[in-house]
Amino acid sequence: MLELKNISIDLGEFSLRNISFTVDEGQYFVLLGRSGAGKSILLEIIAGLIKPDGGKVILNGKDITAEPMQKRNVGIVFQDYAIFPHLSVRENICYPLKANKTPKNERGRIVRELSERMGISGLLDRMPGSLSGGELQRVALARTLTLKPKVLLLDEPLSSLDSGLRYKMRNMLRNLNGEGLTMIHVTHDYDTTVALAQKVAIINKGKILQTGTLKDVFHNPGSRFVANLTGIHNFYRARLKAHNKAMLEEKLEITVLPVGEEENKGFVFFRSDDVVVSLEKIESSMTNSVRGVITGMVPAVNGMEVIVDAGIRISAHITNESTEKLGLAEGKRVWVSFKAVAVRFIGR
Amino acid sequence: MRKNSNFRLVILFLSGVALLFIVAPLIGLMLSSSVEQLSETIIDQEVQSSIILTLMTAFFATLTFAVAGIPLAYLLAKRDFRGKKLVTGIIDLPVVIPHTAAGIAVLGVISRDTLLGKAAGAVGMSFVGSPLGISFAMAFVSVPFLLNAARDGFAAVPSRLEKAALNLGASPSRVFFTVSLPLAKRSIISGAIMMFARGMSEFGAVVIVAYHPMITPVLIYERFGAFGLKYAQPVSVIFIFVSLLFFIILRIVSGKRST
Repeated sequence: MLELKNISIDLGEFSLRNISFTVDEGQYFVLLGRSGAGKSILLEIIAGLIKPDGGKVILNGKDITAEPMQKRNVGIVFQDYAIFPHLSVRENICYPLKANKTPKNERGRIVRELSERMGISGLLDRMPGSLSGGELQRVALARTLTLKPKVLLLDEPLSSLDSGLRYKMRNMLRNLNGEGLTMIHVTHDYDTTVALAQKVAIINKGKILQTGTLKDVFHNPGSRFVANLTGIHNFYRARLKAHNKAMLEEKLEITVLPVGEEENKGFVFFRSDDVVVSLEKIESSMTNSVRGVITGMVPAVNGMEVIVDAGIRISAHITNESTEKLGLAEGKRVWVSFKAVAVRFIGR
Repeated sequence: MRKNSNFRLVILFLSGVALLFIVAPLIGLMLSSSVEQLSETIIDQEVQSSIILTLMTAFFATLTFAVAGIPLAYLLAKRDFRGKKLVTGIIDLPVVIPHTAAGIAVLGVISRDTLLGKAAGAVGMSFVGSPLGISFAMAFVSVPFLLNAARDGFAAVPSRLEKAALNLGASPSRVFFTVSLPLAKRSIISGAIMMFARGMSEFGAVVIVAYHPMITPVLIYERFGAFGLKYAQPVSVIFIFVSLLFFIILRIVSGKRST
């Protein structure tokens, strides 16, 4: 278990204040925040590259705040990969093994194993300058994994990959985590978070705003910032039944756009802005229409957040004028409709 | 359009003047000596030994101060400490002070009645009037070239790579030798070549520390003083030639090594 206790640092133009969270062993922890929120600094503090002004980093019960980074057993993969440009791919992967004096034949075995796993066996004798971003990243990952770190820190590992590669890499990360590796992944990307996180922390301007499971955070954003960042209040566990049908929370079936994802389980989400509330069922191009009861009305930016229980809780963003015109109030029966196009499915 | 072409003409003309200013004296010098004069000078024992001495002392100065200077360059590039600006300024001092003054300063440190001079004397050596003293004087005026180039080289090594190496379990010394130094190598070698070239061509500081044994720049001066221009010219031609040759060879060798 990795624990951060009141980590603070002041770097002039920007600071981290009282950052605390715990990551359980084997957990996939995602730090979600806009760029400049302090995510990378936090990773570097955990890795020991930067010393915090205050607070503690505790790994499996041991305070490692003052431990030199070589001895932490925390691996980090940088956003720009930090591959040594003067060493071949093989020498790059071997680098940590030479540093800790692993016997030569053992080194060969480890490099072979990891490079096969990362799909870079054919690149071992190449120089980094001739590799693509995706290849460099796999080299960086292989290099970090040679030391069998207890915790793996990833700084925006998917942001510079095209969508096909991103999908593959997601699976690779998921598999690594499945083998019990504790992972902390920093990203600004909502989809990545949904695809990978077991636990999420939202970070903004050097502060953790909210921590919890995906559902906790996305369904009940604890602050306006989180709501704006995630932007989505309708968030459900989902199972694909046919290529364009999804069952939400085993309670409500909706139409989604045909999806290319291989998994048939995952999450579905859509914005409350995309949900229409009406008194009667309306004929329209919106393929999803369900009946429910208003269970809550919360003032929101430019109107009301109307919560409708239709088997699942659906939130709709309605202007004040419409709210008045339709006479919306708690307990009233209404129809909610939304287009299949507005619905996103992310498999996991 | 017309204005534009006038402007181009002015630029071309001024560029030509500047280039001519550098090239004309050199070409004039090259043409000043006959083939017989040159071949006579080449086999002149005094000229030969002065050239060998010049090359050896410059080489020794560069090598010694490369070993001692690289850590300082690294420190200046990668660490922040109090007085860093002052140290950086101090490094450039030898370049801006008159070289005869530099020679006087060096002599003040290594002459026989100083601590260093006495220490050398105790083991039967002397800096003054010796190849060692010449190397010392050459190093004094030329080491800024190496230090500055090496410092820029180290500064250009992304800290991220060094951090990554540390994270991968390498000790700080290992990081220095396997990441920082190899990546700064190009700049260091090119700085060393500049230092060597500058040391080799030094006159002012060397002549004060050691008139004898004679390095080539001193020999040129002596021949000019004693026998006149005609006698100084062939030595100059040959020395310029040797300098250029070494400069080109070193550039080629270092260029090959680092690609």
